[in-house]
Amino acid sequence: MSKGFSKSSVGRKVLMALSGFFLISFLLLHFVINFLSVFDADLFNVASHFMGTNWIIQFIMQPVLLFGVLFHLIMGIYLELKNRAARPIKYAMNKPSENASWISRNMVITGVMVLLFLGLHFYDFWVPEIVDKFVDGIWDQPTKYFTHLVHKFEDPVRVGIYCLSFVFLGLHLLHGFQSAFQSAGFNHNKYTPLIKKLGNLFAIVISLGFIFIAVFHHFNSH
Amino acid sequence: MDLTLKVWRQKNKEDKGGIETYPIKGISEHASFLEMLDVLNEQLISEGKEPVAFDHDCREGICGTCSLYINGEAHGPDRKVTTCQLHMRMFKDGETVYIEPWRSKSMPVIKDLIVDRTAFERIQQAGGFISVNTSGNTQDANALPIAKPMADKAMDAATCIGCGACVATCKNSSAMLFVAAKVSQYSYLPQGQIERKERVLNMVEQMDKEGFGNCTNTGACEVECPKGISLEFIARMNKEYLGASIVSE
Repeated sequence: MSKGFSKSSVGRKVLMALSGFFLISFLLLHFVINFLSVFDADLFNVASHFMGTNWIIQFIMQPVLLFGVLFHLIMGIYLELKNRAARPIKYAMNKPSENASWISRNMVITGVMVLLFLGLHFYDFWVPEIVDKFVDGIWDQPTKYFTHLVHKFEDPVRVGIYCLSFVFLGLHLLHGFQSAFQSAGFNHNKYTPLIKKLGNLFAIVISLGFIFIAVFHHFNSH
Repeated sequence: MDLTLKVWRQKNKEDKGGIETYPIKGISEHASFLEMLDVLNEQLISEGKEPVAFDHDCREGICGTCSLYINGEAHGPDRKVTTCQLHMRMFKDGETVYIEPWRSKSMPVIKDLIVDRTAFERIQQAGGFISVNTSGNTQDANALPIAKPMADKAMDAATCIGCGACVATCKNSSAMLFVAAKVSQYSYLPQGQIERKERVLNMVEQMDKEGFGNCTNTGACEVECPKGISLEFIARMNKEYLGASIVSE
């Protein structure tokens, strides 16, 4: 790999795409496991316990995931600032909606909203898990996951915030999914329209699916 | 038709500049946009004022010289036309029309509506060429068979006239559509293979040195490009760059 790759505009685009692909695959896994909670509490507990105690997932995949999130976040904001600096004088009259969608032009807004949500999400689920395992030293609690999940969705305000955040996540994915393929250098007459449709489907299923899970547990906890 | 023009006026590179308002009357809807500006300049000269400086040359959409941001869009509200091909029938009688120069740190305003686009020339000089011995033994182009789909793709990329509308319209002021077109037009052809890897590496390096922004795949450039250069070429450049980076020493 050439020395300048990670410092070049194209190189950074490719790296953003690769981290995006990784986060998309994680999101799909996260969604599938969470969706189990709608059908079977025990199955959800088994899957969550496996994810929470498997050493490969805990000590290899989890740090990789954290790195992936941080990289995507820091690089995204850095590129946004750099891009803004490339046009120091703005147009007196500009009509960006004539040639590009709001979603594609405002990835930083939807991204920052997802980031803010991640703060709450980590506080709700990740921090208690880390405290349990690494502070209190309790690793073997195979049935706690479903109870904890349902308890968190009792508060209607929290459910509202989660649902709104999933809308922002969906908007981010609507552009991000297909954009990652383009950035990674894949654009094909036959397959790109298919990728765009698949990306739209993925964004809608993920955001509506997560909303459904939150609302489902909220109403079933009462 | 009668119009109110809001035109960017700037004495030189150092001047701060600002929008000036000029009412203009009796413009034919069949006139081109540049002809309307000619009328404005005659009006300004007759009033003892300095005419508006703007770039133009061929006035038939092939030289890439004209470069105006009209009512919030590069080359105005029409599609796949340069400013010189834009007609006044695209506007309504009594309309206010904003006329601004391209806005990019890498393409600073020299005077009024004229910007310095030499950044594009430096990118071309970095690799947008093939090295051929032209000392009299040049091979006939038809002696080298090229598959029609490849020739068509190369031609599609080569239609880029380097006007800079992609930079002007991109929210990030990115030049990737231009660079991608110039990289791709050679990469499809056998003549472009020898310098293929160095070309993409050097042109991207120069593009970055010039300070253009990064592409975020909004697709605005493709919509506003007067030649309809496809985003497909940006993906191709990304792929070429990735490949060249992996194998480069």
